[in-house]
Amino acid sequence: MPNKLIDLVNITKSYGDHVVLDDLNLYIRENEFLTLLGPSGCGKTTTLRLIGGFEQPDVGQIMLDGKDITNLPPNKRQLNTVFQKYALFTHMTIAENIAFGLKLKDKSKAYIDDKIKYALKLVNLDGYENRKPDSLSGGQQQRIAIARAIVNEPKILLLDEPLGALDLKLRQDMQYELIRLKNELGITFIYVTHDQEEALTMSDTIVVMNQGYIQQIGTPEDIYNEPENAFVADFIGESNIIDAVMLEDRLVSFLDTKWQCVDEGFGNNTPVDVVIRPEDVVLCKPEEGTITGEVTHVIFKGVHYEMEVMAGGYEWLVHSTVMHPVGEKVGISVDPFNIQIMHKPESEDEEVAYIEE
Amino acid sequence: MKNKHSKWLAMPFTVWATIFIIIPLFMILYYGFVNGEGTFTWENILAIGEPEHLKALGISIVLSLIATVICLVLAYPLAMILSRLGINQNSFIVLIFILPMWMNFLLRTLAWQTLLEKTGVINSILSFLHLPALNIINTPYAIVLGMVYNFLPFMVLPIYNAIIKLDKDVINAARDLGANGAQTFTKVIFPLTLPGVISGITMVFIPALTTFVISNLLGGGKILLIGNVIEQEFTQASNWNLGSGLSTVMMLFIVISMILSSIFDKDGEGGMF
Repeated sequence: MPNKLIDLVNITKSYGDHVVLDDLNLYIRENEFLTLLGPSGCGKTTTLRLIGGFEQPDVGQIMLDGKDITNLPPNKRQLNTVFQKYALFTHMTIAENIAFGLKLKDKSKAYIDDKIKYALKLVNLDGYENRKPDSLSGGQQQRIAIARAIVNEPKILLLDEPLGALDLKLRQDMQYELIRLKNELGITFIYVTHDQEEALTMSDTIVVMNQGYIQQIGTPEDIYNEPENAFVADFIGESNIIDAVMLEDRLVSFLDTKWQCVDEGFGNNTPVDVVIRPEDVVLCKPEEGTITGEVTHVIFKGVHYEMEVMAGGYEWLVHSTVMHPVGEKVGISVDPFNIQIMHKPESEDEEVAYIEE
Repeated sequence: MKNKHSKWLAMPFTVWATIFIIIPLFMILYYGFVNGEGTFTWENILAIGEPEHLKALGISIVLSLIATVICLVLAYPLAMILSRLGINQNSFIVLIFILPMWMNFLLRTLAWQTLLEKTGVINSILSFLHLPALNIINTPYAIVLGMVYNFLPFMVLPIYNAIIKLDKDVINAARDLGANGAQTFTKVIFPLTLPGVISGITMVFIPALTTFVISNLLGGGKILLIGNVIEQEFTQASNWNLGSGLSTVMMLFIVISMILSSIFDKDGEGGMF
């Protein structure tokens, strides 16, 4: 296993009375593409700015490669940032923008020229040296911002919602572009986004955050298939989250019906939450279902139909390639493997509490 | 945004501008290019080349430049401080800062006359403290002081506007790429606020160049600026033609300054208005 490159230890940060991060612990391994994912105000951007050096934590330590960098200013840290709104220097040409960091390090002109060429090639913008940032599109400006950062050969590249201002198609292209860049450069990426699809597409590791606490850390597959609590399940993709009681190992009761599942160790008669992804809900003939209901809404989504089914007093969200018209009586069954059981939060605060790995 | 209504909304100002700006402007041009008998002549324009007029123009330019530089040196740090303060403190400090501006321009200048007089407030305090008296009234120093005091806000506001429009992340980006505080200022902050600086320079330099009240009150009539010369042609010599001719030359200076500032400030970013 590669070393911990960045280690955040007991970080607390507040603005006035508002606690943004509360005793946060997180480490990032070398050569990892790690995404901080969460709704706005969850502390993900603050975490990134702490690593970048634009903010100081109230409590805690930030270690880079085993050295304490908590009090180092941004210009003394071996990492570079790509900002959400590009933050290019509009009074300079593209070449001058890219050369900015290298000139400050007193590199030779030949070295700088080589680097500019290499970086522009890497972001597919060769020949743009003498253009001004204002004459470029948003996507191009963001590539220049990336080029400007990577020529400094940082150990880590911090990206603060870099695709947030781009339109959907461009965003998807840039996602592949970023994965390619990461693989070519072999440096660590720390990426901040509120877009779960972006996170699932690009990351090696996703850190889901809410209200200053880490909710879950895992691979995209872990996070999607085995969310640890209702927040994660709800935030990552759409899901049916239903109140339930764990009767015994492998048997759960919800909506007045008993369901087979594969989870064990929750104890007997324990209140839990059940998560079922819409694509895992199987619609069948009424007599074949575990529970029966009636289709109330149908929307065609392209790849699949999105349907709502009223069954057992709960409005089920169902994704299926087979359409069932509104008003049709249907049965619902779920593969035991697709019923995900989660502990109930013990209190309102607990919902956002730090979860041990 | 062009529609039928906006044309009508502009009417009151159009009438005002025609009567009080455009017509007088043409009258000055007319008087400037004719002699007392009403025949065309270049005489009034070329009169700027006379030694006493050149001297007045020279003193005006030198004093205005000095005042502009002092304003810039005072205003830039002040604008930076103002831009960094929170909203609440900000409004209080801004209030302290603009409070003197609400006072009439003549009163402010008269106040300085009283303060600086040989037996004025400042000298009374100095003599009470057994310190040597300050004799700057009726000298170029007093005129520059008056110019700086009166025109400083016109330097601060455009620079302040340029600074608050700066994206914080652009400054962060410079730091992130390895620039220390001083390098961030010289390579990024100052160049990006240059339009505001140019705008401020124009707005201080032009009124300072053409002032006659400050030199009258604080220069004691001993130091003639070009503004004083023009004023005297109108009020004392009653030579409207010569006064208008010299005014036309000054207008040329103003137009040149405005063209220069518009070249530097293409997007109008640094403007006050």
